Amino acid sequence: MYKIFATFGSYVSLLRSAVSKPEKAQMYWKETFRQANEIGIGSLVIIAIVATFIGAVTAVQFSYQLKSIGIVPMWWMGSILRKSIILELAPTISALLLAGKVGSNIASELGSMRISEQIDAYEIMGVNTPGYLVGPKILAAVIVVPLLVVIAVFLGIMGGWVGGVAGGYFSTAEYVRGLQDLFLTKDLNIMLIKSTLFGFIIASISCYKGFYVEGGAIEIGKASTQAVVVSSIAVIVVNFFVAFLLL
Amino acid sequence: MIEIKDIKKNFGTQQVLKGVSALFDTGKCNLIIGKSGSGKTVTLKCMVGLFEPDSGTIEFDGRNITAMDFKERKTIRREIGMLFQGTALFDSMTVEENIRFPLDMFTNKTTEEKNERVNFCLKRVNMENTNKKYPGELSGGMKKRVGIARAIVMNPKYLFCDEPNSGLDPKTSIVIDHLIQEITQEYNITTVINTHDMNSVMGFGEKVVFLHEGLKYWEGTNKEIMTITDGELFDFIFASDFLKDLRRNAKV
Repeated sequence: MYKIFATFGSYVSLLRSAVSKPEKAQMYWKETFRQANEIGIGSLVIIAIVATFIGAVTAVQFSYQLKSIGIVPMWWMGSILRKSIILELAPTISALLLAGKVGSNIASELGSMRISEQIDAYEIMGVNTPGYLVGPKILAAVIVVPLLVVIAVFLGIMGGWVGGVAGGYFSTAEYVRGLQDLFLTKDLNIMLIKSTLFGFIIASISCYKGFYVEGGAIEIGKASTQAVVVSSIAVIVVNFFVAFLLL
Repeated sequence: MIEIKDIKKNFGTQQVLKGVSALFDTGKCNLIIGKSGSGKTVTLKCMVGLFEPDSGTIEFDGRNITAMDFKERKTIRREIGMLFQGTALFDSMTVEENIRFPLDMFTNKTTEEKNERVNFCLKRVNMENTNKKYPGELSGGMKKRVGIARAIVMNPKYLFCDEPNSGLDPKTSIVIDHLIQEITQEYNITTVINTHDMNSVMGFGEKVVFLHEGLKYWEGTNKEIMTITDGELFDFIFASDFLKDLRRNAKV
């Protein structure tokens, strides 16, 4: 129990140091843009592929079940798919993918920097290392993850249209009608809140795991795995509470 | 001048430094030597502020950094240059970006001024025309030179080198040693070097501090080392039977 509190305390302490006043704001912005590019552009392809196919397969499987029930009009598919993708599939699946890709990348990058004394080199120069190395990564993730989720939503809906129409489950007109039916802005707000929180969780946990690595290559691997596992679990748990509290 | 007084440092129950005191002179290459685990690296890391000593004081020209808060220490840290054992070059940056980083972060110099300073430092360590290379494209000796260039770019008053010869062939080691010695004298820097390399000790050990089991065991010059005939320092310096015989025959 003591270890859990100690770990949480040092996590909070790292986050507090990460938001302290920068030595030179321009350098911090430059690093934030570099990280945003790495997280955003680097994850775009995988997010696009997964979102498109998740949309398509959801359309096919839901349509198959609705058709077998037979009493529900197929134009509902647009509405069902839109809600599922916006509220759940796009934010959560994107976050889990990013926890794997970006989380392990951040943890291993910081871990390698720690082992090869690069973090010590920054410290000796007088750089606030949590501020320069952790802060920009978290800020970049908080900005970029919601943008990736918006792209995932768009591509998921497009994938659903292609899957459903190609499978002969509904027509384009039915799908568009469903998409427009009962649209709530609240859903989009929840999606943005979720994805912002997920970006923060993935980046901050991975930074914490990587920043405090001690040892060698094996420990970097372990930190990287822990970053993925812990941030994935945190995403799932926070996802439930956000849905529970806001829906 | 750097003075450390009665530095103690424990890691858990292990007492690594048991009260080390030493004076490191300005304009000289001050060497800390000792067996692995004797406390050399911990001493150096306490001096540069990477470790906090449990007790004792560290004074940089009379300024006691152990009594300073984080902000005050930052001022002294800007006067410190360090060459790491593994060079610790930022591998996502080019050679030029590595050297320019402290200038970008802590000065308001113009781009031309920064480029001029970077090129001057690279020229000083005979590494011209490597500006756009990445650390991964350089040999061990070249990385050390770039590490030295980065360490001196802010005109430091104090230079710390952790095992500057590790992983280098004897000839390149001598080149790096000469470079550090020249820079120390040229800019009148207080240089503290942590080393195992006996060529360095004999070559430019103007002041040598020998640590043994967390304590200062001996202090003197490279010339005085040659007069040692027994004890821990003798065993350390003349570790092999070949060197011991050589030493005894020389005495005869």
